[in-house]
Amino acid sequence: MSDALQKPINTKVIKELLDINDSARIRTWLSICASCGLCAESCLFYLAKNRDPKLSPAYKVRTTLKELYRRKGEVDREFLEKCYNIIWGECTVCRRCSLFCPFGIDISIMIATVRGICHSQGIAPAGLLKASDNYRASGNQMGMSKEDFVETCTWMAEETAEEMRGLEIPIDKQGARIMYTVNAREPMYYPQDIAMVAKIFTVAEEDWTMPSTGWDDTNLAMFAGDKALAGQIVKNMYTKALELGVQAIAITECGHAYRSALFEGPYMLGYRSGKPPLPIVHSVRLFYEYLRDGRIKIDPDKMLEEPVTYQDPCNVSRNGGLWEEGRAIMKYIAKDFREMTPNSIYNHCCGGGGGFIPMGAEFKKRRIESGRIKAEQIRATGAKIVISPCHNCFDQIKDLNTEYNLGVKVIQFKEVITEAMIIPEKFRPVDTDDEEAQD
Amino acid sequence: MNEFYEFLTGPALWAAFIIFIVGLSVRLTYLYGISKERDRVLYNHVNVKWAIRSIVHWLIPLGSVGLRNQPVFAIAFFLFHLCLLGVPIFLLAHNMLWQEAFGVGLPSLPDSIADALTVVFLLAAAVLLVRRIVRAEVRFLSTAWDYFLLILTSAPFVTGFLAYHQIGPYKLTMILHVLFAEILLVIIPFSKLGHIVLFFFARVSLGFEMGRRGARTW
Repeated sequence: MSDALQKPINTKVIKELLDINDSARIRTWLSICASCGLCAESCLFYLAKNRDPKLSPAYKVRTTLKELYRRKGEVDREFLEKCYNIIWGECTVCRRCSLFCPFGIDISIMIATVRGICHSQGIAPAGLLKASDNYRASGNQMGMSKEDFVETCTWMAEETAEEMRGLEIPIDKQGARIMYTVNAREPMYYPQDIAMVAKIFTVAEEDWTMPSTGWDDTNLAMFAGDKALAGQIVKNMYTKALELGVQAIAITECGHAYRSALFEGPYMLGYRSGKPPLPIVHSVRLFYEYLRDGRIKIDPDKMLEEPVTYQDPCNVSRNGGLWEEGRAIMKYIAKDFREMTPNSIYNHCCGGGGGFIPMGAEFKKRRIESGRIKAEQIRATGAKIVISPCHNCFDQIKDLNTEYNLGVKVIQFKEVITEAMIIPEKFRPVDTDDEEAQD
Repeated sequence: MNEFYEFLTGPALWAAFIIFIVGLSVRLTYLYGISKERDRVLYNHVNVKWAIRSIVHWLIPLGSVGLRNQPVFAIAFFLFHLCLLGVPIFLLAHNMLWQEAFGVGLPSLPDSIADALTVVFLLAAAVLLVRRIVRAEVRFLSTAWDYFLLILTSAPFVTGFLAYHQIGPYKLTMILHVLFAEILLVIIPFSKLGHIVLFFFARVSLGFEMGRRGARTW
């Protein structure tokens, strides 16, 4: 936890937040839960920890939000610290339980509400608060300067142009069809991700641009319970897109970024319509369309031969509606695709969602423990490759791979597509040897 | 005793029905009132198809994965609700009372079927009760109130069954039958049993929430 200042709890603020969130839905959910326990078996924390009844979603809400309302916000630090452990340490807001509840009670909204309340009292995981500081200072979670970002893109463009003729990484191009946004980890640690997507866009002849601001589509403030900042982060992106006059914002292979930009963002910003000002499209959908429309063609000889499984990111599949698109892409790129059980909308969270990965070392032990369910799912498929279009899943599965000796390789779609796509003649690099020979 | 029975089936019954209906209406009206500003999701993403799917999949037996995972419970759960609604509404003895009071009544089930359904209901209720006790995660969630409501819901059926078969002191069982039923009616609007209507509201709400995400709504 953040060493947050052992300042006294401001119950007035808590009461205000309880009042703002006192909606018809939350009121209904808290009052009609029939204690049927069906949600328990849906939860990876419950399953991973030997079916500890304290980990059923219903119990987690009952001991946090319901108790806050019952006490009318008159709680002490000790209570909020107990909540802290539950809302960040025992829930990834993956929304699986909502599909198992007869009333469709949305536990994730209520957990997020408690996160907001704890955050208002300076109680939040240090890893997330650090990211928040970075967002405030630089607009992205890694604290990268605008110059560094643009430079990274330029560097990648120069480097990759040698491999692909005509490749460009346009920055702030007015009126492009799509504005492609990334997870700040990409320019910071995986710049080749940007190069890969540039290749895909080049071959697909996409009219795209990267923005020089509002390019980080992640939103860890959303997971920290900092609604104001979370809204600002989304707004940076919307504003830039409107300024550039693009038709849509594309989101990199990242789950929560999609959730933030398309579904939560408009509400965090208090937009009455609940809709973003322009369409938001996820990479999975975009890549699927390229393949479907033949804008990208896969070389059958370069399809993945080894058994492959798909880790559905909660925010792409269950909460993003793209589970079929993910599988459709698999048909193009994998010869031996194997489903996990359960999968698609019912897939388990990897255990790295809801902010868990950036919450860092303090939560790592629990993250690996709860990830056992995912590790077992992956092992059961016999797959050697796990594809997941989400940075958090990616990190978590890499960790699980080490901890549980899974012997798998974790990759994203863009990596496979870049490797396997047919590069049309016009984009192939000019063979310098030939040139010399002609001379 | 006779006078008490007269009271229960007269003014007390009126009061119970009125509290039941007014209570539920007030609760719904209040929720509607606060929803306008605080639950924009309900108004921004309205889609009848999402809502209907969300509801129907949880009304039909084994219509959702949550129910399929626990089939015995799911069947008991379905029969419990079916009989709970069906038997009292279509019971001949009840309809005769409506007929006497208002000159109109609903079609009635033959007594033998109503009797069999009462037994089915009680068996289903027993399954729910046993499950609540046996399964650790459900026991852990259950409070005395949960047990009380389950038993209270079953009480009019037990007493009704005894009265119909003339087992035990008839007058007393009839008094208890009406009394339990009235207590139940009065409690419904103010407890988790409000799900009698709020089930639909909650499912529609999830329907819109998941539907707007292009995702499955049940």
